[in-house]
Amino acid sequence: MSKRLVFKMFSLALAAAFALAALLPITSLTAQDNPLTAGVSNKFAGTELRLIFANHPWNNTIQRLIPDFEKASGMSLRIESYFEDQLSQKLQVGLTSGTSTADAFMFRPLQEGRLFAKNGWLFDLKAFAEAEKDWNWEDFQEAARGTVTFEGVVFGVPIVTERQVVYYRKDLFAAKGLSAPTTLEELEAAAKALNDPANGVFGIVMRGQRAAAVTQFSSFLYSFGADWTKEDGSSGLDTPEARAAYEFYGRLLREYGPQGTTNMSWPQAVAVLQQGKAAMWIDADSLFLNATDPTRSTVAAEIGFAPFPAGPAGARQYNITSWALGINELSENKEAAWEFVKWATSAPVVMALQKSGNPGPRISVWESPEGLSGFPTEYAEVAKLQSTRGVGYDRPRVISVGRARDIVGAPIVVAIEGGNLEAALKEAHEQFNAFLKEDR
Amino acid sequence: MNYLNRHIRTTFILPSLIFVIAMMIVPILYTSYLSLHVWSGSARRAPEFVGLSNYERLFTRDPRFGDAVARTFIFTGVAVGAELLLGLGIALLINGKFLGHNVVKTLILLPMVATPVAIGMAWLLLYEPNIGALNALLRALSLPPQDFLGNSTTALLWLAVVDIWQWTPLMALILLAGLAALPEEPYEAARVDGASTWQRFTKLTLPLLFPTIIAATLLRSIDALKTFDIIYTMTRGGPGFATETINTYGYIQAFEYFQLGQASSLLIVFFTLILGVSLFFIRFRRRWGTAL
Repeated sequence: MSKRLVFKMFSLALAAAFALAALLPITSLTAQDNPLTAGVSNKFAGTELRLIFANHPWNNTIQRLIPDFEKASGMSLRIESYFEDQLSQKLQVGLTSGTSTADAFMFRPLQEGRLFAKNGWLFDLKAFAEAEKDWNWEDFQEAARGTVTFEGVVFGVPIVTERQVVYYRKDLFAAKGLSAPTTLEELEAAAKALNDPANGVFGIVMRGQRAAAVTQFSSFLYSFGADWTKEDGSSGLDTPEARAAYEFYGRLLREYGPQGTTNMSWPQAVAVLQQGKAAMWIDADSLFLNATDPTRSTVAAEIGFAPFPAGPAGARQYNITSWALGINELSENKEAAWEFVKWATSAPVVMALQKSGNPGPRISVWESPEGLSGFPTEYAEVAKLQSTRGVGYDRPRVISVGRARDIVGAPIVVAIEGGNLEAALKEAHEQFNAFLKEDR
Repeated sequence: MNYLNRHIRTTFILPSLIFVIAMMIVPILYTSYLSLHVWSGSARRAPEFVGLSNYERLFTRDPRFGDAVARTFIFTGVAVGAELLLGLGIALLINGKFLGHNVVKTLILLPMVATPVAIGMAWLLLYEPNIGALNALLRALSLPPQDFLGNSTTALLWLAVVDIWQWTPLMALILLAGLAALPEEPYEAARVDGASTWQRFTKLTLPLLFPTIIAATLLRSIDALKTFDIIYTMTRGGPGFATETINTYGYIQAFEYFQLGQASSLLIVFFTLILGVSLFFIRFRRRWGTAL
């Protein structure tokens, strides 16, 4: 290990220690009486685990708790972090060539889960999960457990759950005498009323980039009464309901959105909100710190939260497990890695994470007032309400999710641009049907 | 030692031979092999042989492929065409000695040495329709703000502008070298005969420079056909698929869809296309380069 690396790790550890000191007033807790690491065994002491994480608030928070785990277990953790798309590619390239030495990693079960499981990259955790009674697999929301189970294999443990919410500017709404929208009609009316491009404020901003927009469009699709696929497993894009949903989403961004939405994923969209240039932003609730953290958002104090508005088929927003921890099938430290995964998803740690603003998968945490204490009051109410309802997936449930997203996302762009949506949907429908036949 | 001495001819070319085999021949053969298979990249699931069906799909059932090919050539044509004209202009302008000519020549090369990804990011900020510098400029001039990369019909051209900005200096540099190497005598003779500046340019400079122009165009065309960095960092092929070229599509097929067989077939077709373009230019130069 080079001197620079040692120095870097040392300063990192120091920074983590300071952060921890700020987090826990009593710093003299020993491993035994630290409630966060109560059940951690030290039988893998000396093992070095290599972990690959995404740049995600969950990662930022758990990094502050990890020194406790290292102290209690005697293991040392080496963590690499990547932006989610790079992470996905990094994992796939590493796992494909068999060169990945990561013992455990964060992944998106709805995006990569089935592919990873099909390719045999994820170690089956079913036996581990069912054997640990204290850890309590049953405490995980049923939808969350379902998301990480495929053909009887438990390929990961849920860590972050999310739902779609409306972020809105309370000051702008109050100035016009509007209240938060409860139906999609009211949503459009509010976007129209608040759209004021001459003064640099747009009615609404959302993702419009082909594949990135698919997840945030899904709640619209479901609330209009449509779905990606029909009951027989064929494409559902040819229904009038689906068409109405695409048309609606496109119209919102075309008429009341800023320019350039067709290239926006969430970082670009939230930037517009952060700079006070949008009255509403609809996206995942797990991203709320981007809107309410005053160091990132110029309008942090004015942000309100509303549940996803009801469409013709009701308010059917997605309610999903966005991230999970998995163990590499090729890892030589599977049991040690499980010790880490078990700790990171244990009730006290999930509680600590959720109190720092990371919506987790545990029922007991959602039901305790302490578990909601880390969220803004309005957010906590909305998230709690939405955690019990909605649809458990926000994209087509297939193996090649990337391909499917590009197919079903293409008409979103056409709708935003006001092009020939009917032709685009027809083409997407045919391609999606052909794709579904191949996706085995 | 004796063995080496006896085979000295083969020994000397051996390192480059090994390099060419390992870095070029083997990958091409492996890609050809993969292009006949379906494979999702798992070490635990072997590639499945499917014959030519990957190719059949590209040419008959994949509208994205045809569009990507067309876009690749449009992008290359626009970018290299503009680079050639601008580069020739710049080369003529800064040819010869004038006060500070070295400074000017150095400055003009700067875009070329910057990293394409960083350039993409910087231009992305300039193009940003709501808070970007270009629209701020347009508004200040009371001109309508543009959508730039957000508009399907113009996004590809705005990407070409970035390529032109970055690579015109290379074109200028090559042409400048060509200009510097031109003989003086024909110009002296032309001046004695009373040829105008325009006549000297069209009848002497252009024909004499023609081989250099062909070489520069060939180099840039091959490079422009392969453009990946700026497209991927700036639009990822979007909006929709409006800026998807063969290269970005191949990348998406391989590293986002993990259809390595399909991606390989696409790359083999792409390889053939580039080979074709190169051969065309080389032939063209051989036949016409000296005659003109």
